[in-house]
Amino acid sequence: MIRLSLAGEERQIASPPGRRLSEVLREELGLRSVKVGCDAGDCGACSVLLDGAQVCACLVPVAQADGTLVETLETSEPELFARLQAAFLDHGAAQCGICTPGMMVAATELLRANPEPSRAEVENALAGVLCRCTGYAKIVDAVAGMAGRARRANGKSVGVPVRRLDGQRKVDGTEVFGADVHPDGTLLVRAVRSPHFHARFDLGDTALWASRHAGVEAVLTAKDIPGQNRFGAIPALADQPALAEGETRYLGEPVALVVGEDEAVAALDLSDFPVTWEALPHLLDEAEGAAGPPLHADRPGNELIRGRVVSGDAKAALASSAHVAEGGFRTAYVEHAYIEPEAGIGWMEGDTLVIHACTQAPVMDRDDTAKVLGLARERVRIVPTAAGGGFGAKLDLSVQPLIGLATMVTGRPCRMVWSRGESMRASTKRHPGTMKARIGCDAGGRITGMTFEGDFNTGAYASWGPTVAARVPVHASGPYRTPAYRAEARAIHTHGPISGAFRGFGVPQAAILQEVLYDDLAEATGLDRLEFRRRNAFRDGDRTPSGQVLRSTGMVECFDALAMHWERALADAAAHCGETTRRGVGIAACWYGCGNTGLANPSTVRIGVTPDGRLRLHQGATDIGQGSNTVIAQIAADALGLPVEAVELVGPDTALTPDCGKTSASRQTYVTGRAAEAAAKVLRALILRQTNFSDNAVLALENGRLTARDGGKVQEIEPGDANEHGYALMAEEIYDPPTTALDADGQGVPYAVYGFGAQIAEVEVDVKLGTTRVIRMTAAHDVGRAINPLLAEGQIEGGIAQGLGMALMEEFLPGRTENLHDYLIPTVGDVPEVVSILIEKPDPEGPMGARGLGEHVLIPTAPAILNAIRHACGARLTETPALPHRVLKAIDEAAGKPHVEAQRRNNTSEVWP
Amino acid sequence: MLTPAPYHQPATLDEALDILARGGLTVAAGCTDLFAATERRDLPGAVLDVSRVAGLRGIGRGDDALRIGAMTTWAEIRDADLPPAFDGLKLAAREVGARQIQARGTLGGNLCNASPAADGVPPLLTLDAEVELARRDGVRRMALADYLIGPRQTARAPDELLTAVVIPAEACTGTGHFLKLGARKHLVISIAMTAARLVVEDGIVRHAALSVGACSPVATRLPEAEAALVGHPLDPARLTVDVIAPRLSPIADARADAAYRTTAAVELLRRTIAPGRRVAA
Repeated sequence: MIRLSLAGEERQIASPPGRRLSEVLREELGLRSVKVGCDAGDCGACSVLLDGAQVCACLVPVAQADGTLVETLETSEPELFARLQAAFLDHGAAQCGICTPGMMVAATELLRANPEPSRAEVENALAGVLCRCTGYAKIVDAVAGMAGRARRANGKSVGVPVRRLDGQRKVDGTEVFGADVHPDGTLLVRAVRSPHFHARFDLGDTALWASRHAGVEAVLTAKDIPGQNRFGAIPALADQPALAEGETRYLGEPVALVVGEDEAVAALDLSDFPVTWEALPHLLDEAEGAAGPPLHADRPGNELIRGRVVSGDAKAALASSAHVAEGGFRTAYVEHAYIEPEAGIGWMEGDTLVIHACTQAPVMDRDDTAKVLGLARERVRIVPTAAGGGFGAKLDLSVQPLIGLATMVTGRPCRMVWSRGESMRASTKRHPGTMKARIGCDAGGRITGMTFEGDFNTGAYASWGPTVAARVPVHASGPYRTPAYRAEARAIHTHGPISGAFRGFGVPQAAILQEVLYDDLAEATGLDRLEFRRRNAFRDGDRTPSGQVLRSTGMVECFDALAMHWERALADAAAHCGETTRRGVGIAACWYGCGNTGLANPSTVRIGVTPDGRLRLHQGATDIGQGSNTVIAQIAADALGLPVEAVELVGPDTALTPDCGKTSASRQTYVTGRAAEAAAKVLRALILRQTNFSDNAVLALENGRLTARDGGKVQEIEPGDANEHGYALMAEEIYDPPTTALDADGQGVPYAVYGFGAQIAEVEVDVKLGTTRVIRMTAAHDVGRAINPLLAEGQIEGGIAQGLGMALMEEFLPGRTENLHDYLIPTVGDVPEVVSILIEKPDPEGPMGARGLGEHVLIPTAPAILNAIRHACGARLTETPALPHRVLKAIDEAAGKPHVEAQRRNNTSEVWP
Repeated sequence: MLTPAPYHQPATLDEALDILARGGLTVAAGCTDLFAATERRDLPGAVLDVSRVAGLRGIGRGDDALRIGAMTTWAEIRDADLPPAFDGLKLAAREVGARQIQARGTLGGNLCNASPAADGVPPLLTLDAEVELARRDGVRRMALADYLIGPRQTARAPDELLTAVVIPAEACTGTGHFLKLGARKHLVISIAMTAARLVVEDGIVRHAALSVGACSPVATRLPEAEAALVGHPLDPARLTVDVIAPRLSPIADARADAAYRTTAAVELLRRTIAPGRRVAA
């Protein structure tokens, strides 16, 4: 009998001796602060203390834990954890929260031995836990015992770095993620997936197979799908089957579901599942895709869609330019690599299918799941669990239609938890892009014109490819006046992983090429690189390539804020020259439209006061760690005139919260924020209508007593009786950005609000090894109004970490890097110091002046780093990531040295484990 | 129907070897590689867990050798008080994953897993390490260089257990060093790594042991490069491509191309013997 010691109590374990300790702790002992991110020791999310030492619980057979003391967030020292929890909250060190328990466990091991650690000691202690949201700096600060910035708002909360409202459950381990809802008796759903990039398949006698495997309740295939077996983000282009029909188009596409008793189905070896595969020729990159036979009969040339923006005569402008820079760039597939793989559970409540799963888009999930399952929308209820990171890929359906189907067929609760490999094969990626561009300027360094062409590998199905094709041509100029412009982007199908939404929708890829060419033009004109950009930066009243007149842009302000740092960084770099290292400085900027591109994307917010005096905000914007639960509440509280602590959050839940759209396109602070502001103002008016006070009245809500005070007069508000939503006083308001559709030349008003920013990268390149260390990033972003400066900084730091990964190490190779040791994301030791500068030039359309920020922050990072590498050593990269061998080759090329071609052997595809 | 596969956790070596002789077993030590290789909840198949076998863990010093038990973890090696010759091994221990992996992963497991990128192997090669293999009818010892045959291949017979690594006393002299190059700072599989152990007297290199990992199917010593150093003042420039590259056969993979690996190995080796020089990344 295996015994574990937990919180002074000895527990006998019934699980098999070879079971992962993580499974035992989570499922047998219910200690669900132990998160599972990879089951391979790569992410550290399951870190626990075993006799005081941090270990990955996924790598310990429970037999080896026999007789040991096991500590998790639930069972360990309350005092130390309380201190850490407060520090994490005060620093904003938890965003999505999935890595937080592992981080705290790692920190505990350190702090017991060393109560006052240095930052280097903290880094070493936390090195085994990956975080994809924060960029680590705030976590290190919290563990190192630095004073946190969060404070309570006295009165108005907008502009105050208040703690996140949903923070406590993230730091105490009680947050509920997709895999954490698991009532007894739930059936397990597993998918049978294609082992080929492209194949035809025949299913054998699945009923016979099921009957020979005890515990299997059902095998489900495409023919069991009662509705339309086609879903997709853009309804008109919906092309993705929930379960494939006779042909699979990407590696990992599901063809069948096996549903049954948890233990039995988990233990099944699916290699004997009755399916025969016929591998077919496949196309993997955008060039192959464009030249190959179509994946979808109605899309010749594999062209899913083409986006285009044309203004003026770019060709003529370039022909008469004093200087023209020309170049091409190729970017890799990039994996979102959130630490939480897709997971969820479904059950029936009466005739309603209820699904709890991690997502960024509950209403879209509801509508598409209903469509696939042939249900009326009202019969599907989506309750988003906390999302352990999203970054775009959790906008697409994942487990929802599959567990929904299994639940409907079996009538029992069914859950699905993707493995890391499954998640990496079947989730969407950032589009690889093959781009070329020409940009001209006059002798004075003023941009004259630009042409841009980009082919983006959109993979097997449409997903968000159309959005990339639409956004790239609108934004490819960068935030710079470009009088003559022609940009085209195509989304090309291949048998690669589906490319979808990933923080920036193609704009980060395009920005690399544009910003690299801007350095060429600055050099050609002899202008300082920052000054060259500042000279061309959008100013109020400028016209974008789409013909839109900008009303408020803080681009110049961003450059001005960076100027001092730029001079200091250039001087530092010049002063440093190591034996094998060179330092360099680079700069790049971004602009990014908030909300859908020329399409409606309304948010609706409900806010009300109950008869017993509770203030509830129906907040339907899924908080995937970025902070909408807090930011939207701050906006609502201030517009209403009550303290943010008085706000009780409801939702998101498609049965309880009106539609706030998807958490995407950097739209929630702006769009849902506007709806919340409007609803709160209406509620305020309703309240004040019960008085004869002016709008200057001050509201208070204490112990269920709502009062208004105006001058010396105080009046208590009697809320009255409840309406059908349970509110005595209630407001519900909708806001939709005022945009227009784009015409054939991409002219119109694609977005009502833009955000702007610029970043300086300081790097050190080892010129003998080609390695790059980013020393510091200085980021200035015009956020319009920083609703919560702490959360805004968290976005900047986290976006920079992802941009750094994209620049230096991240390259998803289909079929080869489907884990977190071959696919590398930055660790705590890879992120630089980040200096954040928040510029607040109010946007007339944004709520209290605010603009979106979530995606902007990633866009300038990679080009700034690449420009810094070039400044350091002359290496001019033409593809990302800038892996050491590519940098060294580019250094040799810059020096005019012939580079030895790689001696490719037959086993080039081998990846050493 | 869900009878769990046998899971043996013997307390003595004799017992373990008896069980092993029955065949069909996976030997489990720290499990950091075994669990990483499966998506299952349980270690697959029949398991011989040697973690409780007495005498397999710890570092012992005799007159003629230093013996490291196969179940010794990287954390124990990292924190052990060892002569400077082991500095490279201790640095490698710090690079095996992060603290979580170091707390569980074992020296023996690293050598049985036999990854071409195993962090422990290059420094052990410079220590002239031998492995001790036990089976029911006896114990044999062989050089680590002979034990490692290829990627994931060793000379261990199915009924043998790797029980210890033995470092001869004469190899416990001098000073060791280790450098690892990867595309990120922590938790990274090497593009290349190098180890050195040098005995320098009166400014002259009296003995040199050099090795490179992740640039050939198994990590390798570099006799020509060692010869180029011995008898001369310590000079990294003596390590030329010509004395190193013929011993390497790098592959191109997701991490680097083959030509880069050779270039990097040469540069890393020079830094490995030039104290104070480090890898930037």
